[in-house]
Amino acid sequence: MSIEVRGLTHIYSEGLPHESIAIEDVTFKAEAGQLVGIIGHTGSGKSTLMQHLNGLLKPKSGTIVIGETDITADGVVMRDIRRKIGLVFQYPEYQLFEETVAKDVAFGPRNLGLSEEEIDARIEEAVEMVGLDYHAIKNVSPFDLSGGQKRRVAIAGVIAMKPEVLILDEPTAGLNPKAHEDILEMVKTIHRNENNIIFLVSHNMNDIARMSDKVLVMDHGKLVMDGTPEDVFSRGEELKAMGLDVPDSMEIVSKLKAKGMDIKGACLTMDEAADKIAEILK
Amino acid sequence: MAIRDITLGQYYPGSSWIHKLDPRVKIMATILYIVALFVVDDFIGFAIAAAGLASVIIISKVPLSYILRGLKPVFLIISFTLIINMFMIKGEVLVSFWIFEITREGLRTAIFMAIRLILLIIGSSLLTLTTKPISLTDGIEALLSPFKKIGLPAHDLAMMMTIALRFIPTLMEETDKIMKAQQARGADFESGNLMSRAKALIPILVPLFISAFRIAHDLAMAMEARCYGCDIKRTRMNGMKFAGRDVAASILYVLFLAAIILQRVLM
Repeated sequence: MSIEVRGLTHIYSEGLPHESIAIEDVTFKAEAGQLVGIIGHTGSGKSTLMQHLNGLLKPKSGTIVIGETDITADGVVMRDIRRKIGLVFQYPEYQLFEETVAKDVAFGPRNLGLSEEEIDARIEEAVEMVGLDYHAIKNVSPFDLSGGQKRRVAIAGVIAMKPEVLILDEPTAGLNPKAHEDILEMVKTIHRNENNIIFLVSHNMNDIARMSDKVLVMDHGKLVMDGTPEDVFSRGEELKAMGLDVPDSMEIVSKLKAKGMDIKGACLTMDEAADKIAEILK
Repeated sequence: MAIRDITLGQYYPGSSWIHKLDPRVKIMATILYIVALFVVDDFIGFAIAAAGLASVIIISKVPLSYILRGLKPVFLIISFTLIINMFMIKGEVLVSFWIFEITREGLRTAIFMAIRLILLIIGSSLLTLTTKPISLTDGIEALLSPFKKIGLPAHDLAMMMTIALRFIPTLMEETDKIMKAQQARGADFESGNLMSRAKALIPILVPLFISAFRIAHDLAMAMEARCYGCDIKRTRMNGMKFAGRDVAASILYVLFLAAIILQRVLM
Protein backbone atom coordinates (compact mmCIF):
# COMPACT_ATOMS: atom_id res chain seq x y z
CA MET A 1 0.00 0.00 0.00
CA SER A 2 1.18 3.50 -0.75
CA ILE A 3 -0.04 7.04 -0.20
CA GLU A 4 -0.21 9.60 -2.92
CA VAL A 5 -1.01 13.22 -2.14
CA ARG A 6 -1.55 15.53 -5.06
CA GLY A 7 -2.06 19.31 -5.15
CA LEU A 8 -3.45 19.47 -1.63
CA THR A 9 -4.60 22.94 -0.53
CA HIS A 10 -6.42 23.97 2.64
CA ILE A 11 -7.58 27.40 3.78
CA TYR A 12 -8.66 28.14 7.35
CA SER A 13 -11.67 30.44 8.00
CA GLU A 14 -12.22 30.98 4.31
CA GLY A 15 -14.07 34.21 3.59
CA LEU A 16 -13.46 35.64 7.05
CA PRO A 17 -11.07 38.54 7.64
CA HIS A 18 -8.60 36.25 9.38
CA GLU A 19 -8.52 33.59 6.66
CA SER A 20 -5.14 31.97 6.17
CA ILE A 21 -3.69 29.47 3.74
CA ALA A 22 -2.64 26.53 5.87
CA ILE A 23 -1.20 24.34 3.12
CA GLU A 24 -0.81 25.04 -0.55
CA ASP A 25 -0.35 22.65 -3.46
CA VAL A 26 1.34 19.85 -1.52
CA THR A 27 2.30 16.82 -3.61
CA PHE A 28 4.25 13.76 -2.46
CA LYS A 29 4.24 9.99 -2.39
CA ALA A 30 5.05 7.51 0.36
CA GLU A 31 5.72 3.83 -0.39
CA ALA A 32 4.77 0.81 1.67
CA GLY A 33 7.00 0.22 4.68
CA GLN A 34 8.58 3.66 4.62
CA LEU A 35 9.18 5.78 7.69
CA VAL A 36 8.63 9.35 6.58
CA GLY A 37 10.00 12.19 8.69
CA ILE A 38 8.27 15.56 8.49
CA ILE A 39 9.97 18.73 9.63
CA GLY A 40 9.03 22.38 9.52
CA HIS A 41 8.81 25.44 11.66
CA THR A 42 5.82 25.96 14.00
CA GLY A 43 2.85 26.96 11.86
CA SER A 44 4.35 25.57 8.65
CA GLY A 45 1.34 23.32 8.07
CA LYS A 46 2.64 19.94 9.26
CA SER A 47 -0.26 19.21 11.59
CA THR A 48 -2.83 20.42 9.06
CA LEU A 49 -1.33 18.09 6.46
CA MET A 50 -1.44 15.15 8.88
CA GLN A 51 -5.09 15.79 9.75
CA HIS A 52 -5.95 15.59 6.07
CA LEU A 53 -4.38 12.15 5.75
CA ASN A 54 -6.82 10.94 8.38
CA GLY A 55 -9.86 12.64 6.86
CA LEU A 56 -10.36 14.94 9.85
CA LEU A 57 -10.01 17.94 7.58
CA LYS A 58 -11.36 18.21 4.06
CA PRO A 59 -9.09 19.91 1.55
CA LYS A 60 -10.20 22.84 -0.56
CA SER A 61 -8.62 21.14 -3.54
CA GLY A 62 -6.35 18.22 -4.28
CA THR A 63 -6.56 14.46 -3.74
CA ILE A 64 -5.22 11.92 -1.29
CA VAL A 65 -5.13 8.37 -2.58
CA ILE A 66 -4.41 5.70 0.00
CA GLY A 67 -3.92 2.29 -1.56
CA GLU A 68 -6.77 2.26 -4.06
CA THR A 69 -9.14 4.67 -2.32
CA ASP A 70 -9.34 8.40 -2.85
CA ILE A 71 -10.27 9.61 0.64
CA THR A 72 -11.14 13.10 -0.55
CA ALA A 73 -13.88 11.75 -2.85
CA ASP A 74 -17.53 12.20 -1.94
CA GLY A 75 -19.23 9.28 -0.29
CA VAL A 76 -16.19 7.61 1.28
CA VAL A 77 -16.90 5.97 4.61
CA MET A 78 -14.84 7.72 7.28
CA ARG A 79 -14.76 4.65 9.47
CA ASP A 80 -12.91 2.71 6.76
CA ILE A 81 -10.35 5.49 6.47
CA ARG A 82 -9.77 5.68 10.20
CA ARG A 83 -9.34 1.91 10.30
CA LYS A 84 -6.52 2.28 7.79
CA ILE A 85 -4.88 5.39 9.17
CA GLY A 86 -4.04 5.92 12.81
CA LEU A 87 -3.31 9.44 13.98
CA VAL A 88 -1.57 10.14 17.27
CA PHE A 89 -1.86 13.83 18.14
CA GLN A 90 0.61 15.94 20.05
CA TYR A 91 0.38 15.27 23.79
CA PRO A 92 -1.96 12.30 23.21
CA GLU A 93 -2.09 11.61 26.95
CA TYR A 94 -4.68 14.42 27.24
CA GLN A 95 -7.22 12.29 25.38
CA LEU A 96 -7.25 9.49 27.97
CA PHE A 97 -10.61 9.22 29.69
CA GLU A 98 -11.43 5.68 30.83
CA GLU A 99 -11.18 4.17 34.29
CA THR A 100 -8.55 1.61 33.38
CA VAL A 101 -5.75 1.33 30.87
CA ALA A 102 -7.33 -1.72 29.23
CA LYS A 103 -10.68 0.05 28.74
CA ASP A 104 -9.02 3.11 27.30
CA VAL A 105 -6.97 1.14 24.79
CA ALA A 106 -10.14 -0.79 23.88
CA PHE A 107 -11.96 2.41 22.85
CA GLY A 108 -10.59 2.47 19.29
CA PRO A 109 -11.00 -1.24 18.46
CA ARG A 110 -14.52 -1.19 19.96
CA ASN A 111 -15.47 1.70 17.68
CA LEU A 112 -14.35 -0.46 14.77
CA GLY A 113 -16.97 -3.00 15.81
CA LEU A 114 -14.61 -5.92 16.46
CA SER A 115 -15.51 -8.99 18.51
CA GLU A 116 -14.67 -9.03 22.23
CA GLU A 117 -12.01 -11.76 21.82
CA GLU A 118 -10.37 -9.82 19.02
CA ILE A 119 -10.45 -6.63 21.13
CA ASP A 120 -8.85 -8.38 24.12
CA ALA A 121 -6.11 -9.85 21.97
CA ARG A 122 -5.39 -6.50 20.36
CA ILE A 123 -5.23 -4.57 23.65
CA GLU A 124 -2.68 -7.00 25.06
CA GLU A 125 -0.61 -6.91 21.90
CA ALA A 126 -0.70 -3.11 21.64
CA VAL A 127 0.17 -2.51 25.30
CA GLU A 128 3.11 -4.93 25.07
CA MET A 129 4.26 -3.31 21.83
CA VAL A 130 4.56 0.12 23.44
CA GLY A 131 6.81 -1.48 26.03
CA LEU A 132 4.47 -1.76 29.01
CA ASP A 133 3.69 -4.84 31.09
CA TYR A 134 0.08 -5.63 30.19
CA HIS A 135 -0.79 -7.77 33.19
CA ALA A 136 0.67 -5.29 35.67
CA ILE A 137 -0.98 -2.27 34.14
CA LYS A 138 -4.31 -3.31 32.64
CA ASN A 139 -6.46 -2.46 35.68
CA VAL A 140 -4.59 0.69 36.68
CA SER A 141 -6.22 4.08 36.13
CA PRO A 142 -4.40 5.87 33.30
CA PHE A 143 -4.35 9.01 35.43
CA ASP A 144 -2.10 7.31 38.01
CA LEU A 145 0.69 6.68 35.48
CA SER A 146 3.78 8.78 34.82
CA GLY A 147 3.86 11.20 31.88
CA GLY A 148 5.85 8.86 29.63
CA GLN A 149 3.65 5.87 30.50
CA LYS A 150 0.46 7.84 29.83
CA ARG A 151 1.77 8.72 26.41
CA ARG A 152 2.55 5.07 25.67
CA VAL A 153 -0.95 4.05 26.69
CA ALA A 154 -2.41 6.74 24.41
CA ILE A 155 -0.27 5.51 21.52
CA ALA A 156 -1.30 1.92 22.27
CA GLY A 157 -4.90 3.08 21.92
CA VAL A 158 -4.20 3.93 18.28
CA ILE A 159 -1.95 0.95 17.51
CA ALA A 160 -4.67 -1.38 18.75
CA MET A 161 -6.67 -0.34 15.69
CA LYS A 162 -3.88 -1.87 13.57
CA PRO A 163 -3.60 1.01 11.13
CA GLU A 164 -1.75 0.48 7.88
CA VAL A 165 -0.51 4.04 8.15
CA LEU A 166 0.51 5.45 11.51
CA ILE A 167 0.97 9.18 11.99
CA LEU A 168 2.85 10.37 15.07
CA ASP A 169 2.72 14.12 15.66
CA GLU A 170 5.71 14.99 17.84
CA PRO A 171 5.52 11.87 19.97
CA THR A 172 8.51 12.93 22.09
CA ALA A 173 7.47 16.51 22.89
CA GLY A 174 7.97 17.46 26.53
CA LEU A 175 9.48 14.15 27.65
CA ASN A 176 12.72 13.70 29.58
CA PRO A 177 15.75 12.29 27.69
CA LYS A 178 15.19 8.73 28.91
CA ALA A 179 11.49 8.68 27.99
CA HIS A 180 12.40 10.34 24.68
CA GLU A 181 14.75 7.47 23.77
CA ASP A 182 12.19 4.90 24.93
CA ILE A 183 9.50 6.36 22.68
CA LEU A 184 11.81 6.32 19.66
CA GLU A 185 12.73 2.70 20.37
CA MET A 186 9.02 1.99 20.60
CA VAL A 187 8.42 3.61 17.20
CA LYS A 188 11.12 1.37 15.70
CA THR A 189 9.54 -1.71 17.28
CA ILE A 190 6.11 -0.80 15.94
CA HIS A 191 7.53 -0.18 12.49
CA ARG A 192 9.35 -3.52 12.51
CA ASN A 193 6.37 -5.52 13.78
CA GLU A 194 3.61 -3.93 11.76
CA ASN A 195 5.61 -3.01 8.66
CA ASN A 196 3.28 -0.07 8.12
CA ILE A 197 3.94 3.40 6.75
CA ILE A 198 4.87 5.71 9.63
CA PHE A 199 4.81 9.49 9.45
CA LEU A 200 6.93 11.04 12.17
CA VAL A 201 6.55 14.76 12.79
CA SER A 202 9.35 16.18 14.91
CA HIS A 203 11.42 19.24 15.70
CA ASN A 204 14.39 17.11 16.61
CA MET A 205 16.63 16.78 13.56
CA ASN A 206 18.80 14.10 15.16
CA ASP A 207 15.73 11.88 15.55
CA ILE A 208 14.51 12.53 12.02
CA ALA A 209 17.96 11.90 10.53
CA ARG A 210 18.43 8.54 12.16
CA MET A 211 14.87 7.22 11.90
CA SER A 212 13.56 8.24 8.48
CA ASP A 213 13.76 6.66 5.03
CA LYS A 214 12.41 9.86 3.52
CA VAL A 215 12.14 13.43 4.74
CA LEU A 216 9.55 16.07 3.87
CA VAL A 217 10.23 19.72 4.72
CA MET A 218 7.33 22.14 5.07
CA ASP A 219 7.70 25.91 5.04
CA HIS A 220 4.84 28.44 5.10
CA GLY A 221 2.33 25.85 3.95
CA LYS A 222 4.40 24.61 1.05
CA LEU A 223 6.34 21.39 0.65
CA VAL A 224 9.82 22.73 -0.09
CA MET A 225 11.97 19.59 0.09
CA ASP A 226 11.26 15.91 -0.46
CA GLY A 227 14.09 13.41 -0.44
CA THR A 228 16.31 11.05 1.50
CA PRO A 229 17.69 12.35 4.82
CA GLU A 230 21.15 12.56 3.17
CA ASP A 231 19.80 14.83 0.41
CA VAL A 232 17.71 17.03 2.66
CA PHE A 233 20.25 17.53 5.42
CA SER A 234 23.07 18.29 2.99
CA ARG A 235 21.12 21.47 2.16
CA GLY A 236 21.96 22.89 5.59
CA GLU A 237 22.04 26.54 4.56
CA GLU A 238 18.52 26.44 3.09
CA LEU A 239 17.20 24.66 6.19
CA LYS A 240 18.75 27.29 8.44
CA ALA A 241 17.19 30.06 6.35
CA MET A 242 13.81 28.46 7.18
CA GLY A 243 14.65 28.52 10.88
CA LEU A 244 15.35 24.78 10.98
CA ASP A 245 18.41 22.92 12.16
CA VAL A 246 20.58 20.15 10.82
CA PRO A 247 21.54 17.10 12.89
CA ASP A 248 24.49 17.70 15.24
CA SER A 249 26.60 15.17 13.33
CA MET A 250 26.09 17.03 10.04
CA GLU A 251 26.94 20.32 11.75
CA ILE A 252 30.24 18.95 13.09
CA VAL A 253 31.15 17.38 9.76
CA SER A 254 30.42 20.54 7.80
CA LYS A 255 32.53 22.61 10.21
CA LEU A 256 35.40 20.13 9.89
CA LYS A 257 35.04 20.22 6.11
CA ALA A 258 35.27 24.02 6.22
CA LYS A 259 38.56 23.61 8.15
CA GLY A 260 39.88 21.42 5.35
CA MET A 261 39.18 17.89 6.56
CA ASP A 262 38.21 15.66 3.65
CA ILE A 263 35.04 13.85 4.80
CA LYS A 264 32.97 12.22 2.08
CA GLY A 265 29.19 11.98 2.06
CA ALA A 266 26.65 12.76 4.78
CA CYS A 267 26.73 11.55 8.37
CA LEU A 268 23.26 11.16 9.80
CA THR A 269 24.30 9.91 13.23
CA MET A 270 27.08 10.69 15.64
CA ASP A 271 28.41 7.12 15.32
CA GLU A 272 28.69 7.46 11.57
CA ALA A 273 30.48 10.79 11.92
CA ALA A 274 32.84 9.36 14.56
CA ASP A 275 33.72 6.40 12.31
CA LYS A 276 34.49 8.60 9.32
CA ILE A 277 36.61 11.02 11.36
CA ALA A 278 38.51 8.12 12.96
CA GLU A 279 39.12 6.69 9.48
CA ILE A 280 40.77 9.93 8.36
CA LEU A 281 42.78 10.44 11.53
CA LYS A 282 44.23 6.93 11.36
CA MET B 1 -17.46 20.72 13.37
CA ALA B 2 -17.15 24.42 12.81
CA ILE B 3 -16.47 25.64 16.33
CA ARG B 4 -14.18 28.36 15.06
CA ASP B 5 -16.93 29.85 12.87
CA ILE B 6 -19.11 31.15 15.72
CA THR B 7 -19.02 34.95 15.48
CA LEU B 8 -21.35 35.89 18.34
CA GLY B 9 -19.40 37.77 21.00
CA GLN B 10 -16.20 37.89 18.99
CA TYR B 11 -13.94 40.87 18.49
CA TYR B 12 -13.58 42.19 14.94
CA PRO B 13 -10.21 43.93 14.65
CA GLY B 14 -10.37 47.45 13.27
CA SER B 15 -9.36 51.03 13.92
CA SER B 16 -12.59 52.86 13.23
CA TRP B 17 -13.97 55.72 15.28
CA ILE B 18 -16.25 53.27 17.08
CA HIS B 19 -13.35 50.95 17.90
CA LYS B 20 -11.44 53.82 19.47
CA LEU B 21 -14.28 55.05 21.70
CA ASP B 22 -13.89 54.74 25.44
CA PRO B 23 -15.35 51.36 26.49
CA ARG B 24 -17.35 53.05 29.27
CA VAL B 25 -19.19 55.12 26.68
CA LYS B 26 -19.88 52.04 24.56
CA ILE B 27 -21.11 49.95 27.48
CA MET B 28 -23.45 52.67 28.72
CA ALA B 29 -24.66 53.31 25.18
CA THR B 30 -25.43 49.62 24.69
CA ILE B 31 -27.36 49.37 27.96
CA LEU B 32 -29.36 52.49 27.15
CA TYR B 33 -30.01 51.24 23.62
CA ILE B 34 -31.49 48.02 24.99
CA VAL B 35 -33.72 50.04 27.33
CA ALA B 36 -34.71 52.34 24.45
CA LEU B 37 -35.79 49.34 22.37
CA PHE B 38 -38.42 48.61 24.99
CA VAL B 39 -39.59 52.22 25.07
CA VAL B 40 -40.30 52.14 21.34
CA ASP B 41 -43.54 50.57 20.20
CA ASP B 42 -44.37 51.70 16.67
CA PHE B 43 -42.78 51.55 13.24
CA ILE B 44 -41.40 55.09 13.21
CA GLY B 45 -39.70 54.47 16.55
CA PHE B 46 -38.12 51.26 15.29
CA ALA B 47 -37.06 53.04 12.14
CA ILE B 48 -35.20 55.64 14.21
CA ALA B 49 -33.61 52.93 16.36
CA ALA B 50 -32.58 50.93 13.30
CA ALA B 51 -31.22 54.01 11.55
CA GLY B 52 -29.08 54.82 14.60
CA LEU B 53 -27.76 51.27 14.68
CA ALA B 54 -27.12 51.27 10.93
CA SER B 55 -25.06 54.45 11.12
CA VAL B 56 -22.96 52.95 13.93
CA ILE B 57 -22.41 49.81 11.82
CA ILE B 58 -21.33 51.91 8.85
CA ILE B 59 -18.90 53.97 10.93
CA SER B 60 -17.49 50.84 12.59
CA LYS B 61 -16.66 49.30 9.17
CA VAL B 62 -17.62 45.83 10.42
CA PRO B 63 -19.07 44.01 7.37
CA LEU B 64 -22.82 43.49 7.65
CA SER B 65 -22.48 39.87 6.50
CA TYR B 66 -20.19 39.21 9.46
CA ILE B 67 -22.73 40.70 11.89
CA LEU B 68 -25.62 38.78 10.36
CA ARG B 69 -23.71 35.54 10.69
CA GLY B 70 -23.84 36.10 14.45
CA LEU B 71 -27.65 36.07 14.20
CA LYS B 72 -27.74 32.52 12.87
CA PRO B 73 -27.61 30.70 16.22
CA VAL B 74 -30.50 32.81 17.59
CA PHE B 75 -32.60 32.51 14.46
CA LEU B 76 -34.56 29.65 16.03
CA ILE B 77 -35.45 31.70 19.11
CA ILE B 78 -36.58 34.62 16.96
CA SER B 79 -38.81 32.49 14.75
CA PHE B 80 -40.24 30.76 17.81
CA THR B 81 -41.26 34.09 19.41
CA LEU B 82 -42.62 35.25 16.10
CA ILE B 83 -44.87 32.21 15.73
CA ILE B 84 -46.02 32.11 19.37
CA ASN B 85 -46.96 35.81 19.33
CA MET B 86 -48.69 35.55 15.98
CA PHE B 87 -51.11 32.83 17.06
CA MET B 88 -51.61 33.49 20.75
CA ILE B 89 -52.85 37.06 20.91
CA LYS B 90 -56.60 37.64 20.69
CA GLY B 91 -58.15 40.47 18.70
CA GLU B 92 -59.49 41.32 15.28
CA VAL B 93 -59.17 38.15 13.16
CA LEU B 94 -57.36 38.50 9.83
CA VAL B 95 -56.91 34.91 8.71
CA SER B 96 -58.22 31.76 10.31
CA PHE B 97 -57.80 28.09 9.50
CA TRP B 98 -58.61 25.01 11.56
CA ILE B 99 -57.95 26.02 15.20
CA PHE B 100 -55.47 28.75 14.34
CA GLU B 101 -56.26 32.42 14.08
CA ILE B 102 -53.99 35.25 13.10
CA THR B 103 -55.14 38.57 14.50
CA ARG B 104 -54.11 42.09 13.63
CA GLU B 105 -52.81 42.66 17.16
CA GLY B 106 -50.98 39.34 17.15
CA LEU B 107 -49.25 40.07 13.88
CA ARG B 108 -48.25 43.53 15.06
CA THR B 109 -46.79 42.26 18.35
CA ALA B 110 -45.03 39.39 16.62
CA ILE B 111 -43.32 41.60 14.08
CA PHE B 112 -42.34 44.18 16.68
CA MET B 113 -40.98 41.47 18.94
CA ALA B 114 -38.87 40.02 16.15
CA ILE B 115 -37.51 43.44 15.15
CA ARG B 116 -36.80 44.21 18.79
CA LEU B 117 -34.90 40.96 19.27
CA ILE B 118 -32.88 41.40 16.09
CA LEU B 119 -31.93 44.99 16.95
CA LEU B 120 -31.13 43.94 20.50
CA ILE B 121 -28.79 41.17 19.40
CA ILE B 122 -27.09 43.24 16.71
CA GLY B 123 -26.76 46.19 19.08
CA SER B 124 -25.15 44.20 21.84
CA SER B 125 -22.94 42.16 19.51
CA LEU B 126 -21.67 45.44 18.07
CA LEU B 127 -20.27 46.18 21.52
CA THR B 128 -18.18 43.02 21.60
CA LEU B 129 -17.32 43.27 17.90
CA THR B 130 -15.74 46.69 18.32
CA THR B 131 -14.28 46.38 21.83
CA LYS B 132 -11.34 44.23 22.83
CA PRO B 133 -12.27 41.89 25.70
CA ILE B 134 -9.64 43.50 27.91
CA SER B 135 -10.93 47.04 27.44
CA LEU B 136 -14.46 45.71 27.85
CA THR B 137 -13.67 44.38 31.31
CA ASP B 138 -11.69 47.50 32.15
CA GLY B 139 -14.77 49.50 31.27
CA ILE B 140 -17.01 47.30 33.37
CA GLU B 141 -14.63 47.61 36.28
CA ALA B 142 -14.59 51.40 35.98
CA LEU B 143 -18.38 51.52 35.82
CA LEU B 144 -18.72 49.23 38.83
CA SER B 145 -16.11 50.98 40.95
CA PRO B 146 -18.60 53.42 42.58
CA PHE B 147 -20.17 50.32 44.16
CA LYS B 148 -16.87 49.41 45.83
CA LYS B 149 -18.01 51.55 48.76
CA ILE B 150 -20.82 49.12 49.51
CA GLY B 151 -18.38 46.21 49.35
CA LEU B 152 -18.65 45.10 45.74
CA PRO B 153 -15.31 43.54 44.70
CA ALA B 154 -15.25 45.34 41.35
CA HIS B 155 -11.67 44.49 40.51
CA ASP B 156 -12.04 40.80 41.29
CA LEU B 157 -15.23 40.57 39.28
CA ALA B 158 -13.54 42.26 36.33
CA MET B 159 -10.53 39.94 36.62
CA MET B 160 -12.82 36.89 36.66
CA MET B 161 -14.57 38.15 33.55
CA THR B 162 -11.28 38.85 31.80
CA ILE B 163 -10.06 35.35 32.55
CA ALA B 164 -13.33 33.76 31.49
CA LEU B 165 -13.30 35.67 28.20
CA ARG B 166 -9.63 34.97 27.67
CA PHE B 167 -10.10 31.23 28.05
CA ILE B 168 -13.16 30.73 25.86
CA PRO B 169 -11.03 30.38 22.71
CA THR B 170 -8.49 28.23 24.57
CA LEU B 171 -11.16 25.82 25.75
CA MET B 172 -12.77 25.77 22.31
CA GLU B 173 -9.44 24.87 20.80
CA GLU B 174 -8.96 22.23 23.45
CA THR B 175 -12.42 20.78 22.71
CA ASP B 176 -11.65 20.76 19.02
CA LYS B 177 -8.36 18.94 19.64
CA ILE B 178 -9.92 16.33 21.92
CA MET B 179 -12.82 15.75 19.52
CA LYS B 180 -10.40 15.20 16.67
CA ALA B 181 -8.26 12.88 18.74
CA GLN B 182 -11.29 10.76 19.66
CA GLN B 183 -12.59 10.85 16.09
CA ALA B 184 -9.20 9.55 15.00
CA ARG B 185 -9.88 6.63 17.35
CA GLY B 186 -13.16 6.01 15.56
CA ALA B 187 -15.52 7.91 17.87
CA ASP B 188 -18.76 8.95 16.19
CA PHE B 189 -20.58 12.06 17.47
CA GLU B 190 -22.98 12.58 14.62
CA SER B 191 -25.15 9.51 14.39
CA GLY B 192 -27.21 7.33 16.71
CA ASN B 193 -30.10 8.16 19.01
CA LEU B 194 -30.09 10.69 21.84
CA MET B 195 -28.82 8.17 24.40
CA SER B 196 -25.85 7.00 22.36
CA ARG B 197 -25.00 10.57 21.40
CA ALA B 198 -24.98 11.61 25.04
CA LYS B 199 -22.74 8.65 25.80
CA ALA B 200 -20.42 9.65 22.99
CA LEU B 201 -19.75 12.90 24.86
CA ILE B 202 -17.98 11.16 27.75
CA PRO B 203 -14.71 10.72 25.84
CA ILE B 204 -14.75 14.48 25.21
CA LEU B 205 -15.96 15.75 28.58
CA VAL B 206 -13.59 13.80 30.81
CA PRO B 207 -10.40 14.99 29.08
CA LEU B 208 -11.87 18.49 28.73
CA PHE B 209 -12.53 18.82 32.46
CA ILE B 210 -9.08 17.51 33.25
CA SER B 211 -7.57 20.05 30.86
CA ALA B 212 -9.66 22.87 32.32
CA PHE B 213 -8.50 22.07 35.84
CA ARG B 214 -4.90 21.80 34.68
CA ILE B 215 -5.10 25.17 32.90
CA ALA B 216 -6.78 26.82 35.90
CA HIS B 217 -4.15 25.43 38.24
CA ASP B 218 -1.26 26.60 36.02
CA LEU B 219 -2.82 30.04 35.68
CA ALA B 220 -3.31 30.37 39.44
CA MET B 221 0.33 29.46 39.99
CA ALA B 222 1.52 31.93 37.37
CA MET B 223 -0.61 34.70 38.87
CA GLU B 224 0.59 33.99 42.37
CA ALA B 225 4.21 33.92 41.19
CA ARG B 226 3.65 37.48 40.03
CA CYS B 227 2.17 38.51 43.38
CA TYR B 228 -1.47 38.69 42.35
CA GLY B 229 -3.63 39.13 45.43
CA CYS B 230 -1.06 41.10 47.38
CA ASP B 231 -2.92 44.01 48.90
CA ILE B 232 -1.55 46.71 46.63
CA LYS B 233 -3.31 49.29 44.56
CA ARG B 234 -2.85 48.24 40.92
CA THR B 235 -2.35 50.77 38.19
CA ARG B 236 -2.76 50.30 34.44
CA MET B 237 -0.38 50.60 31.57
CA ASN B 238 -3.08 51.95 29.23
CA GLY B 239 -5.38 54.01 31.39
CA MET B 240 -8.75 54.99 29.95
CA LYS B 241 -9.01 58.62 28.90
CA PHE B 242 -12.24 60.40 28.14
CA ALA B 243 -11.24 62.07 24.87
CA GLY B 244 -12.90 64.66 22.64
CA ARG B 245 -14.47 61.98 20.48
CA ASP B 246 -16.08 60.44 23.56
CA VAL B 247 -17.70 63.76 24.42
CA ALA B 248 -18.89 64.13 20.82
CA ALA B 249 -20.23 60.57 20.77
CA SER B 250 -22.03 61.07 24.08
CA ILE B 251 -23.73 64.25 22.85
CA LEU B 252 -24.81 62.58 19.61
CA TYR B 253 -26.08 59.61 21.53
CA VAL B 254 -28.10 61.73 23.95
CA LEU B 255 -29.68 63.45 20.95
CA PHE B 256 -30.52 60.04 19.49
CA LEU B 257 -32.15 58.90 22.75
CA ALA B 258 -34.03 62.19 22.98
CA ALA B 259 -35.38 61.61 19.47
CA ILE B 260 -36.65 58.18 20.45
CA ILE B 261 -38.31 59.43 23.65
CA LEU B 262 -39.80 62.47 21.96
CA GLN B 263 -41.20 60.34 19.19
CA ARG B 264 -42.85 58.09 21.78
CA VAL B 265 -44.27 60.99 23.77
CA LEU B 266 -45.51 62.93 20.76
CA MET B 267 -47.07 60.11 18.73
